[in-house]
Amino acid sequence: MSQGGLDRRAAMATLVADRGEDLLVVPGLGSTTWDLAAAGDDPRNFYVWGAMGGAAMIGLGLALAQRKRRVAVVTGDGEMLMGLGSLATIGIQRPANLAVIVFDNGVYGETGGQPSHTRKGTDLVGVARACGIPLCLDVRDEAALSGLAGRLKSLDETLFARVAISAEEPPRVLPEKDGVALKRRFRAALGF
Amino acid sequence: MNAPVKTEWPDQLYDTLKRARIAQVGYVPDAGHARLIERCRADPDIRDVVLTTEEEGVALAAGAWLGGERASLLMQSSGTGNCINMLSLMRTCRFPMLMFITMRGEWEEFNPWQVPMGSIVDPVLKLCEAEVYRAREPADVAELAERAARQAFADERIVAVLLSQELIGKKVWTQ
Repeated sequence: MSQGGLDRRAAMATLVADRGEDLLVVPGLGSTTWDLAAAGDDPRNFYVWGAMGGAAMIGLGLALAQRKRRVAVVTGDGEMLMGLGSLATIGIQRPANLAVIVFDNGVYGETGGQPSHTRKGTDLVGVARACGIPLCLDVRDEAALSGLAGRLKSLDETLFARVAISAEEPPRVLPEKDGVALKRRFRAALGF
Repeated sequence: MNAPVKTEWPDQLYDTLKRARIAQVGYVPDAGHARLIERCRADPDIRDVVLTTEEEGVALAAGAWLGGERASLLMQSSGTGNCINMLSLMRTCRFPMLMFITMRGEWEEFNPWQVPMGSIVDPVLKLCEAEVYRAREPADVAELAERAARQAFADERIVAVLLSQELIGKKVWTQ
């Protein structure tokens, strides 16, 4: 996906609006971390500044540990592609409280906009479905985005969604980058 | 009397995981860890997470800790190389990372393709600021594993126990 597509900042804001205390959010490195910071800081955000390819698995470990809370991984197409195998792993575990959402603009925005595999035809929704993830959505417009935000409010099965976003890169909004501080405040917010 | 001893150390590792209250165990299937994996899979209080590559298990352990649970990662020496960049997540955020690594490419190795990674596991992990313990004899395993588990979770750091190839025995190659 490249031309057209949803505004990434608005899409993130829609997904985390009225999030409630039980929504835990793990973005991927780069743009989705800036998007999440722009939507409003929260101790239940675990901003990721590195560990490319790891966001979905951080989300899996968290979802398995916190069955009564909802976990949303919101990452980019490049980050997801680096950890594509984790969709197979998640497809086996299938925690009902986990959503993996990929903002797909078909480019590596942080490095100058080089095309990613999704621009050239890799179908992430097809991959997720083939990995056995029960609910797989291809979100291409505002109505579908609202539907996704609604499903996120009452997750009852593992969800994968690809959200087609525009390749525009809004100005960076940089959150805390001290990993120890991010970890401690996240755990403290959960009572650990 | 080697045979009975060889079946004991994986059970000791399992006991260590239980005492350390490990709730999630990530692994890539491995002959050396076969018995321990089987015991974890049979335990309703341990979530066994089969991985496509070992680095997934590093990120899994970070997520588990964020959520208040403890995880461990079982792998073969070759898998260590797959983890290196993801271990920067554990270093940067000081996440506990407890790894049990069965060694290949050393004692009586038949397959030379196992040697390049097996021979550098120890220095590579040390460069990642991991505490590295080496169990050469079955009698070493329990105590080192206990120490490793305490250190990983109390000090929030990367700790690896390398299980020497002598412990596991020779892989039988027949044509």
